[in-house]
Amino acid sequence: MTMAPERTDVRVELLVDQKWFTVCELTDLVPGRGVAALLPDGTQVAVFQDRAGRAHAIGNRDPFTGAYVLSRGLLGTAGGRPFVASPLLKQRFDLETGRCLDDETVSVTAYATRLGSPAPGPV
Amino acid sequence: MTKPTIVLIGHGMVGQRFLEALVDRNVTGTARVVVFCEEPRPAYDRVQLSSYFSGRTAEDLSLVEDGFLARHGIELHLGDPAASVDRAARTVTARSGLTVGYDTLVLATGSYPFVPPVPGKDSEGCFVYRTVEDLLAIEAYAKNCATGTVVGGGLLGLEAAGALKGLGLTTHIVEFNPRLMALQVDDGGGAALRRTVEDMGLIVHTGVGGKEITADDAGAVTGMALSDGSAVETDLVVFSAGVRPRDQLARDCGLEVGERGGITVDERCRTSDPAVLAIGECALAADGRVYGLVAPGYEMAEVAAHEIAGSAHTGFTGADTSTKLKLLGVDVASFGDAHGTAEGCLDVVYSDSRSGVYKKLVVGADGTLLGGVLVGDADAYGMLRPLTGSVPPVAPEQLVLPAGAGAPAALGPSALPDEAVICNCHNVTKGAIRGAVTDHRCTTVPEVKKCTKAGTGCGSCVKALTSLVNDELEASGVSVDKGLCGCFGYTRAELYEIVRTLRVTTYAQLLDSHGREEARRGDGCEVCKPAIGSIIASLAPTLGASGYVLDGEQAALQDTNDHFLANLQRNGSYSIVPRIPGGEITPEKLIVIGEVARDFGLYTKITGGQRIDLFGARVDQLPVIWARLVDAGFESGHAYGKALRTVKSCVGQTWCRYGVQDSVRMAIDLELRYRGLRSPHKLKSAVSGCARECAEARGKDFGVIATSNGWNLYVGGNGGADPRHADLLAQDLDDEGLIRLIDRFLMFYIRTADRLERTSAWLERIDGGLDHVRDVVVDDALGLCAELEALMADHVAGYRDEWAETLADPERLSRFVSFVNAPGAPDPTVRFVPERDQVKPDLTILSGPAIPVRTRELEGTSSR
Ligand code: SRM
Ligand SMILES: Cc1cc2nc3c(=O)[nH]c(=O)nc-3n(C[C@H](O)[C@H](O)[C@H](O)COP(=O)(O)OP(=O)(O)OC[C@H]3O[C@@H](n4cnc5c(N)ncnc54)[C@H](O)[C@@H]3O)c2cc1C
Ligand code: SF4
Ligand code: FES
Repeated sequence: MTMAPERTDVRVELLVDQKWFTVCELTDLVPGRGVAALLPDGTQVAVFQDRAGRAHAIGNRDPFTGAYVLSRGLLGTAGGRPFVASPLLKQRFDLETGRCLDDETVSVTAYATRLGSPAPGPV
Repeated sequence: MTKPTIVLIGHGMVGQRFLEALVDRNVTGTARVVVFCEEPRPAYDRVQLSSYFSGRTAEDLSLVEDGFLARHGIELHLGDPAASVDRAARTVTARSGLTVGYDTLVLATGSYPFVPPVPGKDSEGCFVYRTVEDLLAIEAYAKNCATGTVVGGGLLGLEAAGALKGLGLTTHIVEFNPRLMALQVDDGGGAALRRTVEDMGLIVHTGVGGKEITADDAGAVTGMALSDGSAVETDLVVFSAGVRPRDQLARDCGLEVGERGGITVDERCRTSDPAVLAIGECALAADGRVYGLVAPGYEMAEVAAHEIAGSAHTGFTGADTSTKLKLLGVDVASFGDAHGTAEGCLDVVYSDSRSGVYKKLVVGADGTLLGGVLVGDADAYGMLRPLTGSVPPVAPEQLVLPAGAGAPAALGPSALPDEAVICNCHNVTKGAIRGAVTDHRCTTVPEVKKCTKAGTGCGSCVKALTSLVNDELEASGVSVDKGLCGCFGYTRAELYEIVRTLRVTTYAQLLDSHGREEARRGDGCEVCKPAIGSIIASLAPTLGASGYVLDGEQAALQDTNDHFLANLQRNGSYSIVPRIPGGEITPEKLIVIGEVARDFGLYTKITGGQRIDLFGARVDQLPVIWARLVDAGFESGHAYGKALRTVKSCVGQTWCRYGVQDSVRMAIDLELRYRGLRSPHKLKSAVSGCARECAEARGKDFGVIATSNGWNLYVGGNGGADPRHADLLAQDLDDEGLIRLIDRFLMFYIRTADRLERTSAWLERIDGGLDHVRDVVVDDALGLCAELEALMADHVAGYRDEWAETLADPERLSRFVSFVNAPGAPDPTVRFVPERDQVKPDLTILSGPAIPVRTRELEGTSSR
């Protein structure tokens, strides 16, 4: 069994309605992969960490199939920009703008993210 | 202003092509398009109609891409033929009573099969051969028949005869002309063709006509009397005596038609009423001919679309009528001036009646190739037809000699001029194909097909097309980039060697040291990550790396399927396939599968691979389900991985009266030995207990068939879209010899194949093919065998069940949640509806608006 890594409580925050909302800890993310998370209004978002340690977030719904699966795609870099490839039919989405790289008429919501300072006090 | 309306009557091959041409010219954006279609289904590939009998479904034959009509707002009225046209009022009225006004009317009503006026022609059991419905009717009726007769020995008649024979009927062909395919071939070709057709067991009557069809009291066909006084007994008759243009609608509304039928049109495809156009087989073209082939129809469709869009075009003045017969296992082709009608022309003939090969070229006085006939061996067709009209670069007799008989180095399509038409169906020239590679940057044959449409009709040009594309890629100096993807300039085989010799254990390390400059230190891409992940996984025991696919960085390299150790389904749920080695399972284990499926409401299906698939699990349910399965002794079936899938077995010697070895035991041994082995593509195997081959071993990557002396090993088999029978690698092996050879074969494949290259494609690609593989793995020509065996021994020793390992580790398990900040909340978009006593994904929920997830356990907090 691998040891559970130390919690360092760096929070991943998303800008939702002008407010920063914490979705998870940075340690919940594996570089190169994503997780699905819920916003306060019940919207599903896909949150990723790239190899450089930056966090990204876009809507979780794959517009080509309607399935809520973008968080399960693989990350990559194209032209210096990060993208995720849908696990279903492999269309790629730019993680900063949400635009589909394979069909310019399609896009998903992209969220601004930041890594929040450690929460005060014991966790 | 209202949009102008274009009405199309007839949704056949040419009608559909016309709609596509309208879309290409953007006409559908500015006009309303209404289509009346008499048949109950949208346009399909009539040319390939006979392939219905070789297993293609009516759906496979469809020419209309999914969503095409809806996307372009085209209104299609299926099963509702146009009944009348009022040219004064500019309206069309359909059988249903629907009346639609038009600004432009296009007739594409095709032809109807001509039925000669013989008495008894309407008896039960008489058919024509034109539509899917005709085929369905013939197929149903033939079930109770022993003998069938085709009236007409032309191209279509031979196709129909082939179909009847395929349905198991004793088949007669009755042809009025003195030879078969009289239109296309000459006497010599007809004789060769007849011999071959007769060798296949068909009974040919030439120079006679059907005089009367006899029927029993119930009106069902019993036989046919022939014009020479003889008679054939037959239960079924198919008329294939030519076609006639369907011009009745045009006649009824006073449009000009030809003396022998066909709607008269000018070069611009306009009829005598400029608001009405006619295209395809119903049209009498400006050169006074009615074309019964699809290629000229397609040209007319393009002309008509240009005409309506107001764009420039060269008009339709006539076309080539070259043909190549696809069915019956005989190659027959004719092209250009096949009958040598030009003045002063000469024939060059090669004929071998023993093997039924006949080839004739018609050459002009100046050496120009004018046309020809090929029977029995039409390989050169793709090459010769485009050469027609030019002086071939080698002497004509060399073009007809069989390969090996002192024939010169075969002339490749590279010798053709750019204007040469390579694909007749879609009128694509060699220049256009080269342009697809050079200007449109296509790098594969499928891309070129898509870009130019070449090769997507009858398929007879694909060979020439492929060699042109390859030549062009190589010639254009852009030495074909064989790199894995945008991140790596190396092939998969090269990367395998790099990983193995430099002992690279992480993807990041490999990307930064061996990636393309611009990709280093980046995130890679979805193509190379799983491929490299698989290389590292298959070498892991040897490299000393962790073989577990979810450890550390490996977790981020795997496709979602490998990541969750299950197969992603269309609604975001997953399917579960426990391993059932050799397909053998105890009743207890079957019961456990049943119980698990019942308790979790999973859709249950027996797979094509002798095991059971459980569909519809949410991510968060996977660990609980697997806990039950592992507990009952199941392990991962790797249905998700590029890894060994199944080793199918037949029941074999233990039970079967024919079996000569214990095929079940061998299948289980092989499955347990190679389970979990990561490879460039999935691996499948089977073991049959005797040559009857009930386990379909020759359709597998490695297949084993028992002999009375041991086992025969076949390799490189494939089902799927491009099936291939496996080739015999070695015979009469004992158990140990068999396993040793498979070890070497698999490891050699894993080492040298490209990403997603099945063994079949690999065998066809590598230099030296099967012989080379045999040299390496049987005769050890490269001295590699000991190493290959050692690699496999490492794999076998290092195997662990991925699911058992996952369940044992809370850290790994923590990934199996729907939402990171609400671990207990299920995903409400993964829902199911009932279907045949089980469930299926509820897809309507996915097409609707986003559904908020209501949960109280949200762990996030808002802050400024
Ligand atoms: C479940 C099953 C169909 C069934 O209901 O029976 C199936 C289902 C799928 N097949 Fe298959 N194939 C299944 C037997 C087959 C067979 C028959 C056989 O194995 O005897 C074939 C033809 C034999 C062959 O592979 O040569 C077959 C040829 C394919 C192919 C074409 C491969 C090729 O080389 O052309 C694909 C596509 C691919 O792998 O790239 C494919 C891909 C798939 C995928 C993985 C598509 C996908 O990515 O979602 C399907 C996943 C199902 C799932 O989510 O669980 N499946 N598939 C069968 C599972 C067998 C098993 O127990 O593991
Ligand atoms: C078995 C077979 C094999 C063939 N093989 C070859 C080959 O190898 N090479 C080749 O070039 N050609 C081949 N052909 C010929 C080729 O299929 C035709 O040339 C082609 O289909 C002509 O297209 P079309 O659209 O003009 O006519 P069709 O495809 O016949 O379409 C006409 C459509 O119009 C419909 N229609 C008619 N009247 C009305 C009405 N009043 N209202 C609404 N709809 C109406 C008909 O039902 C039909 O669906 C083959 C044909 C058959 C039957
Ligand atoms: S392959 Fe031979 S041994 Fe196996 S079930 Fe079929 S007939 Fe019997
Ligand atoms: S010649 Fe028929 S598809 Fe190219």
